[in-house]
Amino acid sequence: MMNDNTVKPVHFVDQDRRLGWAMLSPAVIYIVGFIGVPFVLAILLSFSNATVGNPRITDLVGFANYVSLLHQPIFMTALKNSILITFLTLGILLVLATILSELLAIEFRYKKIFQTLLILPWAMPVSLAAIAWLWLLDSQFSPIDWMLTQIGILGPGGLLGPVRHLYYLGRDMLAIASVVTVNVWRLLPLATVIVLAGRLSIPQDRFDQAKIDGAGFFRILFRITIPALMPVLTVAMLFTALVVFGDMTTVALLTRGGPGHASQILPYWAFLQGIQGGDLAGGAAVALFMLPILLVVAILALRIAYRSQEA
Amino acid sequence: MAVLRVENVKKYFGKLAAVDGVNIETREGELFALLGSSGSGKTTLMRMIAGLEQPSEGDILINGRSVVGVSPQHRNVAMVFQSYALYPHMSVRDNILFPLKSRNVPKEQWEQKVQWAISILGIEALLDRRPTKLSGGEKQRVALARALVRDPELFLFDEPLSALDAQVRNIARAELRDLQKRTGITTVYVTHDQVEALGLADRLAVMSKGRISQVGTPQEMYESPANLFVASFIGNPPMNLITRGERVMGIRPEHLMLQRNKPADVTGVTLSLRILLVEFMGSEYLVYGCEEGSEHQRQIVVRVEHSGGTVPGQGDVMEFFASKQDVKYFDKSSGNRLP
Repeated sequence: MMNDNTVKPVHFVDQDRRLGWAMLSPAVIYIVGFIGVPFVLAILLSFSNATVGNPRITDLVGFANYVSLLHQPIFMTALKNSILITFLTLGILLVLATILSELLAIEFRYKKIFQTLLILPWAMPVSLAAIAWLWLLDSQFSPIDWMLTQIGILGPGGLLGPVRHLYYLGRDMLAIASVVTVNVWRLLPLATVIVLAGRLSIPQDRFDQAKIDGAGFFRILFRITIPALMPVLTVAMLFTALVVFGDMTTVALLTRGGPGHASQILPYWAFLQGIQGGDLAGGAAVALFMLPILLVVAILALRIAYRSQEA
Repeated sequence: MAVLRVENVKKYFGKLAAVDGVNIETREGELFALLGSSGSGKTTLMRMIAGLEQPSEGDILINGRSVVGVSPQHRNVAMVFQSYALYPHMSVRDNILFPLKSRNVPKEQWEQKVQWAISILGIEALLDRRPTKLSGGEKQRVALARALVRDPELFLFDEPLSALDAQVRNIARAELRDLQKRTGITTVYVTHDQVEALGLADRLAVMSKGRISQVGTPQEMYESPANLFVASFIGNPPMNLITRGERVMGIRPEHLMLQRNKPADVTGVTLSLRILLVEFMGSEYLVYGCEEGSEHQRQIVVRVEHSGGTVPGQGDVMEFFASKQDVKYFDKSSGNRLP
């Protein structure tokens, strides 16, 4: 005889734990496959003496790759440049994005056109942008040089001497300045949009109150606006720092680390050593050297983001 | 000399006149209320007095000096917003200090001024707290202290009580009144709540569609409204308005009495009402009816004392009387009061 009280098997979809894992699995597989495995490989590579010709990671050499890095002057230059370029880019971005968001917070004619122009660098493909910038900074045909000559800053009798060309990508400091300029140009639209969103979320009453209390433009900016923006600014800047520090496209397209290695940075140096130079182990070591720095910044960014969410 | 004089001020937003020719003159030390529904232009007018907006036409004078074109930073006018607009990243002390720092008050005077302001409002214990940790009533007191600390010529209050709970609101209203009387600073108080305006103000102006309908004391406004708008706006429930040909007759609900209570030697108006609804309000009944045999089915409200004996029942037809002096007449087309 059939027992009417037989427990019906619970359908798969009703089992929260299993369903949860099933729905998470694509993301987990993706992260493990495309981030986890290469990451572990990179760590193993950095402790081996693998090359492109002999890519086995069976010969472990311990910290030898890291130790030898510290004795390479190019590595030290790249480390210094990476930090310098990141800080300069962030500092200039912070100031410009704040100024632009103040401008965009007020109403004026042709604001729509201004906004569209502002967002263009972000919408432009990197390769296209690089061509434009390579032309702007060209050693012979730079329009910037031409304009400076026309207004009498360059050329015979000019402020910067008789030369007609500055060779932006050919001098140490100018090359780094060029990289920073292009970085700022690329990231400014996004930074401005983030700061503007934070700026517009401050209630208008607070600005009106500050005006009535007698505060002028700069007091309002530094005592009211910026403190209110601080949580947004900190998180945005830390995430931007991750992007800038780990990015090699600007340098690769603009200076190729030159002149010499004057504008060399860690990610590009890792690429040159590991892929171009065939020294897989050395390249991995350079790349992994960035890990502790990026990790600290990432943890800071996430903690601040969560804390401001709770507040 | 009047602390505040507003002369024929107009403000256009595009083609729309938000404020359309307003004249106001406050008296020394009074609390002057601007009463109007939303969109009446009262807040725009207040923002022009504060300097946050500039008038399109007309003049605004504070202590005899024209302030048109003067930025809010350079007017000595304090304002308390509906939201209180406390600076959330500063302690209460820094909030109160902000106007002093902004107005370059010498540092030696800060402590004494802050102590004076907080002692008037009784918020000594809150000084080191953050605004987010304060209750609604405490926020109001901090906002008032911040407004008071710099010794303004004029106070502007923009619906300061509307963010509070009903229970706290009564206490806060009394405190506000008390503060204003003690400091003697001329105050303009914007509200859409007639209970607040009638209860707080020495004088008030009723605004509608960017114009001032009437200016007067609360008693004047209640007893002799200048036009149909004020008559229908002031009083809860408002004046009964009954059309009689080209005229409109206005009678307050409490001025209608049962016909049998009519004193013998008084002449007046008798209305025959069919009772639609009777509400018990505690000390009184509110009786809703419509005129028997009239084509205008407009509801008429009568207040009947609880102790008045018989209570009208629903469906009854009863006669009510109002004495001649309690009946006001208005012109139907212009809306203005007839003599």
